[in-house]
Amino acid sequence: MSSCNGRCSECSGCLSRFSSLPAGGEDRPKRILLTGNPNVGKSAFFSRLTGVHAISSNYPGTTVGFMEGTLRAGKTCYRLVDVPGAYTLEPTNEAEEIARKMIEEGGDKVIIVLDATALERNLVLALQVLERGIPSIVALNMVDEARHRGVLVDPAALQKELGVPVVPTVAVTGQGIRELVAKLDEAAVSPLAGIPREERWQRIGEIVGRVQKVVHRHHTWRDRLEDASVHRFWGTLIGIAVLALSYGMVRQIGEGLIRLALDPFFERVVRPFLMKVSDLLGPGSLLHTLLIGTLFDGRIDFELSFGMISTGLYVEFVMVLPYIVAFYAVLSFLEDSGYLPRLAVLFDALLHRLGIHGYAVIPTLLGLGCNVPGILATRVLESRRERFIAATLISVAIPCAALQAMVVGVLGNLGLRYVLLVYGSLFLSWLLLGRILHKMLPGFSPELIVEIPPYRMPSAKAFAMKLWFRIRGFLLEATPLVLGGILFANLLTTTGIIGLLSRLVAPLFNVVLGLPASAAGAILLGILRKDVAVGMLVPLGLSASQLVVATVTLAMTFPCIATFVVLWKELGAADTLKSLGIMLITAFAAGGILNAAFSFFS
Amino acid sequence: MKTTLNALEDGTRAVIAEMPRGECAQRLEALGLYPGKTIRKISGMPFKGPVTVLLDQRQIAIGHGISSRLIVEVEETEPPQEVRT
Repeated sequence: MSSCNGRCSECSGCLSRFSSLPAGGEDRPKRILLTGNPNVGKSAFFSRLTGVHAISSNYPGTTVGFMEGTLRAGKTCYRLVDVPGAYTLEPTNEAEEIARKMIEEGGDKVIIVLDATALERNLVLALQVLERGIPSIVALNMVDEARHRGVLVDPAALQKELGVPVVPTVAVTGQGIRELVAKLDEAAVSPLAGIPREERWQRIGEIVGRVQKVVHRHHTWRDRLEDASVHRFWGTLIGIAVLALSYGMVRQIGEGLIRLALDPFFERVVRPFLMKVSDLLGPGSLLHTLLIGTLFDGRIDFELSFGMISTGLYVEFVMVLPYIVAFYAVLSFLEDSGYLPRLAVLFDALLHRLGIHGYAVIPTLLGLGCNVPGILATRVLESRRERFIAATLISVAIPCAALQAMVVGVLGNLGLRYVLLVYGSLFLSWLLLGRILHKMLPGFSPELIVEIPPYRMPSAKAFAMKLWFRIRGFLLEATPLVLGGILFANLLTTTGIIGLLSRLVAPLFNVVLGLPASAAGAILLGILRKDVAVGMLVPLGLSASQLVVATVTLAMTFPCIATFVVLWKELGAADTLKSLGIMLITAFAAGGILNAAFSFFS
Repeated sequence: MKTTLNALEDGTRAVIAEMPRGECAQRLEALGLYPGKTIRKISGMPFKGPVTVLLDQRQIAIGHGISSRLIVEVEETEPPQEVRT
C-alpha cells in the first residue's frame, strides 16, 4: 500500500524533522485537504490514505471536528486533513463553518470526494472549492453502488468538464486508492471560475447531462424497505422493532458476557490471586484498605470491599465493560447500516416540541454510550440554541452506558420496578426539561432538513475495527479514573474530609432527598465517574427507594469530569455555568419529588 | 395544480414551484432542492412530523413547518381540469 502509517519509520522520521522547521520552509510537509459533502466516505478515505483509524458511519455528520494524518506518495510526505463534511461553503451549520474556514486557510492540494450516486448535489461544493484556485484532484467515490443503482458516470468526461484529474474509487474496499495517490502530482487548478450563484444549478445540470447516464432499473427490496422505514405506519412499526431489538441485544450480550466469561474469570482467577495479595498485605493495614478494602467474613466481596484492585477492577471489567461492548456493538451496526437518520424522521415530531429537531436523536443515542461523544455530536445541529438544549438534556437526563450498567447491576437485584423507576424518572425529566427550555429560551430552533443515506450492509472488518477502537478508548480513559476514583474516595474517607463535606450538605440531603449524609459523598464523587459513585452507594445499606432517589440525583447533577470538559469547550464558560445551574436544580427537584412520592405512598 | 409539499399525496411526483422564505431555503438548496426540480413524496409523519421526499434516488426529510411552506406543482397524469370544462 502506498500510504504510510504510524509504524512507517521513514515517515514518522520525516514528520518530526518537518515539525521542527519553521512553517513555510521549503521542506514543510505539504497540506492536502480532504473535502466533500457529508457521508461521501471522506473518513473511509482518510483511514485508507493515512492508516490512522477515523470513525466512519453511514450518516451525514459522523466527523464533526477534523483529523490530521500523514500520507506518503512516492518520496513525498503530506499532511492529510479530513475536513468535516459540507454541502456548501455558504455555511448552514457549525461543521460547515469549520469546513469553510479550513478551505479558506487553504492547502497545497485538495482531494474532492464526490458521491457518484448523487453527483448533481455533490458538484455544488466541488465547484465552490475548485473556484478557490487550489490544485485539485477528484475522487469519484461509490462508483460500485452508483452502477448498482443504474447511475453511470463517465470519469473521463467529468475530468474534461472540471479540468482536474478524476479517479473512480470505492473507499471502503480500497479500490482506486492507489491510482488516486499516484495521480496526486497531477492535481491541477481548474479553469472553472466565477460562475454566478444564480447560474450554478444550470451549469451543474449541463455538466451532469454530459457525464451521467441513468438507466432504468426495477424497484429492489432495498428501495421498498427504505420507503417503508419513513412511512407513517410501517416506519413507526419498524422503529419500535429496531429499538426493542437493540435494547434486547444489549441486555443479552451484556449479561451473557458477564455470566459466561467475566464473572467466572473473576471468581476463579482474580479472587484467589487477590486473596494471596490480601494475606501478604495483612488485613487492616493502610495498603490493604486502599488496595483490597474491607473483608467480609475473611472474604473479598467484589461489590462491597471497595478496594482499588478488588471493587475497582470488578466495577470496570465485570459490571461495566460487558455493557460497553454490547452497547457499541449494537450502536456501530445501526450507524453503519444507515438506520439512524431514519430514526431522526420518526422522532422529529417529539423532539421538535423540546426545541431540538429529529437529528438530535443521534447525539442523544451516542450519549447513551458516553455523554462526551454525544455532546460533541451536537455540532450537527444548526443553531446555538439547539446545541445548548441538546447538550444540557444529554448531560442531565441521558445516563451513559457505564452508569446504566451499574444501575441495572445494583437495582436489578432488588426488583425490575426500581430499575424502571430510575429510567422513567430520567425520561420524564428529559421531556419536561426540554419543554421548559424550549418555552423559556429566546429565539427559535430551525427545522429538520436532512439527507437520508441508502441502507448499506455494514462491512465486518470496518465494524470490528470501530468496535475495537471504541472499547480501547473506554479502557484507556476509564481505567485510570475508575481506579483513581476509588483510591481518592478511600483517601478522602480515611482522612475524614468526606465526612466533613457530607456534614455540610447533610441537611439538604436529609430533608430534600431523605438520604443519609454518607450518600452525599458518593454523589460528590460522581464528578470523577458516575459508575464508581454508584459503587460507593452500595456499601451504605440504603433501602431500595433511597437507592432510586440517590441514583436519579446522581445521574442528573454534575456531569462527570470528562463531560464537563467537553461542555465547556462546546458551550463556553457562561453557557456551561447556566447548564450546570439547570442540572443542579433539576436533579434536586427530581430527587425531592421522588422522595416525597416514596414517603407519600409508603 | 399547485399545492404544498405537506398536502401532496404519498407517492405523487411534483415539481418544486416556490421555495419557502427564510434561511431554510439555503439549506434546502444545498441539498439539491430548488425550483424546477422534480421530486416524489414518500410519506409524511403524524403529529406534525417531517415529510420524506425522493430526489434523484436519494431520500430527504423536511420538517413539517417547512414542508407546509414549500409549494409544488403536481405533474398532471390525467387531462387538466380546464380542458374538460
